[in-house]
Amino acid sequence: MYKITLKKELTKDIKLFGVEAPHITHNAKAGNFIVVMPDEKGERIPLTIYDWDREKGIVYMVFQEVGLSTVKLGRLNEGGSIYSISGPFGRHFHVENYGTAAVIGGGVGVPAVFPIARALKQAGNKVNSIIGFRQKDMIILGEEMKSASDSLVTATNDGSYGVKGFVTDALKQMIESGDRPDIVVAVGPVIMMKAVSDLTKNYGIKTIVSLNALMMDATGMCGGCRVNIGGTTKFSCVDGPDFDGHLVDFDGLMSRLTSFKEHETEAMHKCRLDTEEKNG
Amino acid sequence: MAKKPRIKVREQAPEERIKNFNEVPFGYNEAEAVEEALRCLQCKNPVCIKGCPVNINIKEFIRQIGAKDFKGAIKTIKNDNSLPAVCGRVCPQEEQCELQCVMLKTGQVINIGGLERFAADWEAQNTVFEAEPVKPVLAGDGSRIKVAIAGSGPAGLTAAGELAKMGYLPVVFEALHVTGGVLVYGIPEFRLPKKIVEREVEYLKSIGAEVKTDILVGKSYTVEDLFEMGYKAIFIGVGAGTPTFLGIPGENLIGVYSANEFLTRINLLKAYKFPEYDTPVNTGRRVAVIGAGNVAMDAARIARRMKGVDEVTIVYRRSEAEMPARKEEIHRAHEEGIIFSLLTAPVEILGDENGRVKGMKCIKMELGEPDESGRRCPVAVEGSEFVIEADTVIPALGTKANKLMTEDVKGLKLSGRGYIEINPATGETSIPGVYAGGDIATGSATVIAAMGAGKIAAKAIDKYIKGSLNLEF
Repeated sequence: MYKITLKKELTKDIKLFGVEAPHITHNAKAGNFIVVMPDEKGERIPLTIYDWDREKGIVYMVFQEVGLSTVKLGRLNEGGSIYSISGPFGRHFHVENYGTAAVIGGGVGVPAVFPIARALKQAGNKVNSIIGFRQKDMIILGEEMKSASDSLVTATNDGSYGVKGFVTDALKQMIESGDRPDIVVAVGPVIMMKAVSDLTKNYGIKTIVSLNALMMDATGMCGGCRVNIGGTTKFSCVDGPDFDGHLVDFDGLMSRLTSFKEHETEAMHKCRLDTEEKNG
Repeated sequence: MAKKPRIKVREQAPEERIKNFNEVPFGYNEAEAVEEALRCLQCKNPVCIKGCPVNINIKEFIRQIGAKDFKGAIKTIKNDNSLPAVCGRVCPQEEQCELQCVMLKTGQVINIGGLERFAADWEAQNTVFEAEPVKPVLAGDGSRIKVAIAGSGPAGLTAAGELAKMGYLPVVFEALHVTGGVLVYGIPEFRLPKKIVEREVEYLKSIGAEVKTDILVGKSYTVEDLFEMGYKAIFIGVGAGTPTFLGIPGENLIGVYSANEFLTRINLLKAYKFPEYDTPVNTGRRVAVIGAGNVAMDAARIARRMKGVDEVTIVYRRSEAEMPARKEEIHRAHEEGIIFSLLTAPVEILGDENGRVKGMKCIKMELGEPDESGRRCPVAVEGSEFVIEADTVIPALGTKANKLMTEDVKGLKLSGRGYIEINPATGETSIPGVYAGGDIATGSATVIAAMGAGKIAAKAIDKYIKGSLNLEF
């Protein structure tokens, strides 16, 4: 059991947790992820590490309540505890001075991309970040991203804040305005990472994406997270989660992400019933 | 003497057991165990012991059961084996101790596994664990000397048990949230109830071992970190564990699970109890399992027990004679109504418009000349393609070395296939103080082989620590 030292609501359904887990912070690096279980009957949920305090042994994670497991996680409170948290998993992001880096985060991809932006800046890159959200009240971590970047553009699909449109619109403008990045890092919904990769391919700019495949053990044991990269099968958990965006079979990934849709509905239904029972 | 036939083990009837996940054999009761034990000839030269990878004094514990000294029997077993309730159930005794039994020629070998299981189960029901006091091996500051163990499968648990009995403080690190490794994620409940694994782990704790879950050696703490943290030696027993796929079209369709994934979802995360547990599994109505080893039998027999499944097929490219699984498992699979599509090789997994499995295109094979392994090589019969309808396809084709833990360890010598190179007599690796054993050193093998390796390494670790610290005992 691991103590929750901080719980913060970033939006209605996006929460930030700080959890005591020195075994995670000891070697955590930007791009690593963890696996958490809200309780012993729960699923193993992979989450990218948002931040960590090595001295205090506290790891920070951000998650959106999208299904039963994340809703259960969100019900836990500060002072309470999480049943299981393991990691750090995956290869960390390869940080070096590329020159100019465009760091792109979409929705809950922003907390995943934040430590990468910070590490790239520390390594001497000029970091131009773009973060995108559906609308103004869904914006998260704007200040944090600003502090980790040399410049920041915030895009909303409906134009209720910042520039109107998708992150790809802002990226295209950035590239065409002459501030061409030497590397692009994009983390967010699969459809966004695909769009970014399609765009940068035209310009021949190296692009790294972080994949959110379905996972269980995260140690390379089950192969559930397999994804086609340039014609060969890779496991997101141990070979990734970062891959060359120009080689990823995004359509295959999107298809596999729908594997348990009906179950998710059934589980959520049961979850709601439980809540009603408790409340009623 | 010796004319009496082997006492049968009572078990759940096939039509009953396919509706539940309870253990299939019930095991001997006291009277049956005594009767079976009394059949033992008590040979002057007990060759059965040589067949046991951990050299349990089989003759003695059987004699004790025959004399109704059940407590004595379990004590004898535990001198050499820290996990008797597990081994009594999952060891391939027919290839080990029972293969050596002089009664083999009569066709009525002693049921050594059944008796081992009886002794272990008797202890669980009748006595509390009695940890005998051991003289601790102390460091300069008066604390017990610590040994780190990566992985809580059979190799790691055995090494921990042996080291605890020697007076060390073994600390077992497990990457998953429960202890037991393959014993919990791999072997199904109906072959090895998880309560038994829990009980064995509790026993290890009672004799002084510590267990830490959620920690992945190599990532959470590296080998260097562990030495810095004061561990005097490290044993790596992380298992082989990365699944092999066929490399045929359609393998990434929804509904294709590696055997490891299917087993883990069900055994570890209890997907068969969904939605009481949160982890789902989709099986649909028809399941095809590719391969014919023990893991394939486990996957097929689990699938048979899943709600809504009414057809399970084993697809294997050779004939029944070449199937690598234990005879007993194949027999049980037959009893449970699993279809065997032999001399059949998959060509392509077929999907529907939503990317879900709907079937598997196969081709008929015939056996040609024997290959280097002595098995006759299957050759495709031209034009014999046909389709097996399936909603789920489970490749159970064995595992490869998982490089996750080993690849970042500086100076650790690996074989060409990625397994850790060790001295088999000691478990030593290329790094002083680092030992390894089990599947990560040998490739996929048995529970008992891993336990044997854990035992060997524990002895060598003891010698190494005492030697390097100039300790006198």
